[in-house]
Amino acid sequence: MSLEIKDLHANIGDREILKGLNLTIPKGEVHAIMGKNGSGKSTLAKVMAGHPSYEVTGGDVLLDGSSLFGLEPDQRARAGLFLAFQYPMEIPGVTIANFIRAALQARLPEGEELEAVEYYKNLYAQMDALKMPRTFTSRSVNDGFSGGEKKRCEVLQLAMLKPAYAVLDETDSGLDIDALKIVAEGVNTLRSPDTGFLVITHYQRLLNYIVPDVVHVMVDGRIVRSGGKDLALKLEAEGYDWIEKELLATA
Amino acid sequence: MSTTLDDNTIETTTPAWLAELQAAALKDYENTPAPTRRDEAWRYSDLSALNLDAFVEAKPVESEGRLINSSRGVEQTAAKLVFGNNALLHADTASLPAGVVVAPLDVAARDHAEIFRRYFMAQPVELGSHKYAALHKARVTGGTFIYVPANVEVALPIEVFHWVEGENASVFPHTLIICGENSKVTVLDYFQSSDNQRAFACGVNDLHLERGAKLNYVAVQNWSPTSLAFHINSTIVARDATSSALSLNFGGGFVRGESLSRLDGEGSRSEMLSINPLDGTRIVDQRTLQDHAAPGAASDLLYLNALDNASRSIFAGLIKVEEGAHRTDAYQKVRNLILSNESEANSMPGLEILADDVRCTHGATSGEINEDELFYMQARGIRKEDGRRLIVNGFFQSLLERLESAPLREYLGRKVTERLGLPVQ
Repeated sequence: MSLEIKDLHANIGDREILKGLNLTIPKGEVHAIMGKNGSGKSTLAKVMAGHPSYEVTGGDVLLDGSSLFGLEPDQRARAGLFLAFQYPMEIPGVTIANFIRAALQARLPEGEELEAVEYYKNLYAQMDALKMPRTFTSRSVNDGFSGGEKKRCEVLQLAMLKPAYAVLDETDSGLDIDALKIVAEGVNTLRSPDTGFLVITHYQRLLNYIVPDVVHVMVDGRIVRSGGKDLALKLEAEGYDWIEKELLATA
Repeated sequence: MSTTLDDNTIETTTPAWLAELQAAALKDYENTPAPTRRDEAWRYSDLSALNLDAFVEAKPVESEGRLINSSRGVEQTAAKLVFGNNALLHADTASLPAGVVVAPLDVAARDHAEIFRRYFMAQPVELGSHKYAALHKARVTGGTFIYVPANVEVALPIEVFHWVEGENASVFPHTLIICGENSKVTVLDYFQSSDNQRAFACGVNDLHLERGAKLNYVAVQNWSPTSLAFHINSTIVARDATSSALSLNFGGGFVRGESLSRLDGEGSRSEMLSINPLDGTRIVDQRTLQDHAAPGAASDLLYLNALDNASRSIFAGLIKVEEGAHRTDAYQKVRNLILSNESEANSMPGLEILADDVRCTHGATSGEINEDELFYMQARGIRKEDGRRLIVNGFFQSLLERLESAPLREYLGRKVTERLGLPVQ
């Protein structure tokens, strides 16, 4: 059981961003992708989720063996893929409680109603764990939220929807260290043999708190190195230049 | 406690002065030409919708009991009246505070003639529908007279249901509210078709707020989707009084709304709000006037239209700051959420300022659903169509956040959610 990305090519407009990307995330593991700005990290996340601005020109993404391509973004989500957004959208007038409820309702068979009492019990428990005040449930989704509140709200959704695979796109951006710890703790409690994680980040800092099983380095639309968590430390200490040099040498 | 009035108790004879008034109004109606394309007040409108030939006098409703039972609003009311095809079917006024009058028009014309004559349709109708207001005046029988004496606060809402039933039936609902000095009241008017027939509704409401009074007025309009409806409103706000009026246009095929707010005293405030979920080929045509006749008053208009299918909205609003109305604060905003390429939104905001030191802003915006918001919802597993409805619902709910009363906000929030076909919690 895995999330398998095979020779993935994708464009935005005429520009090729992903240039044959291969990656396999087995269930129960946490993989991290590090890379400089513009290496295509966020594009990978959006292409997997089915963002309409990107065109897939080759390859495939298989969730437990079934292709995600040809599925609408909402079908991919219901199939078990979750994307935590780098910039979560603000949706005025739609409360967090109603939003998550609609997402859970969409996963039930036609005609079946979500059990409201159980839902709120579960929601409050997850919010308590993330140190979110309960008044948040009646606030509009991300509307006027601070950076930290938005990311906590993403993790709350992750905890409520319990996907098979979660892609966290720059979940650490815009967070101070306290907020980062809370978010990381939230993710860590969700680590289980039933869930695979792909953590996309620009900085090694997040990986001190969400310790990955495997670290991948992305350069120019491809994974060019994979290793243990030490690889992240080396990147933090020495930057990306050495990898680019090695790539040039072997080119 | 509930009392259903039988025919004997509501039978009244029209006073001579009212009969005269109505006869004169009928002449006025007949002598006033129908609107033409050249009328600025009817610009962009659909004049073909105004043909009244097919409409007939409404017959008594078939089942009073069914309509009374279907008249469900908020949980607790101070008073509740139900009208069906212009006739009073039910009145429960047992929970009203002492001195407050909630009575059908004919009873009020008899028992409170002086005050009735002073306020009943006392304002000239300036926004284009003079002819139809005259018709209303000539034909009105069903309607409510609400009088709240000075310093009385009515804690629970007063609810009035106006039903129409039968093919081409005509109804002339009227609401006359007089809020005495420093009084406070909330009134909900419901306008509903009991069947799917085309009907003609020609309604007028007069809201009068005396010094320091506070009125929350809500109109929930749900005529059948082929009906022709006029809703002509005037609100006169005296010194330090605050009016908040909200219309929810859920139904109607062609709905002409005219709203005048006159800020008549220093420190008066008027909020004018409207929620219009439009679909099919429905047209909502709204004309407004924020008339600042006194200094230091505030008016705030926010109209929201969501336009699906081949629906159409027309909005023309004027902020008029009269000479001497210094320190006026006036806002006017129309937002159109365009959901379909075939829909059309026409917005004509306007300003006329004859005083100094005023703050006026007006504007109209039109936009489509933000694709990134929709993608965000889909990325959570929500189907595109449901996501669209959630976003439209959110668009309207954010207006309701302006309502002061939390129970009313939640109640109307559920009504909007229901209208959009979303599950209500």
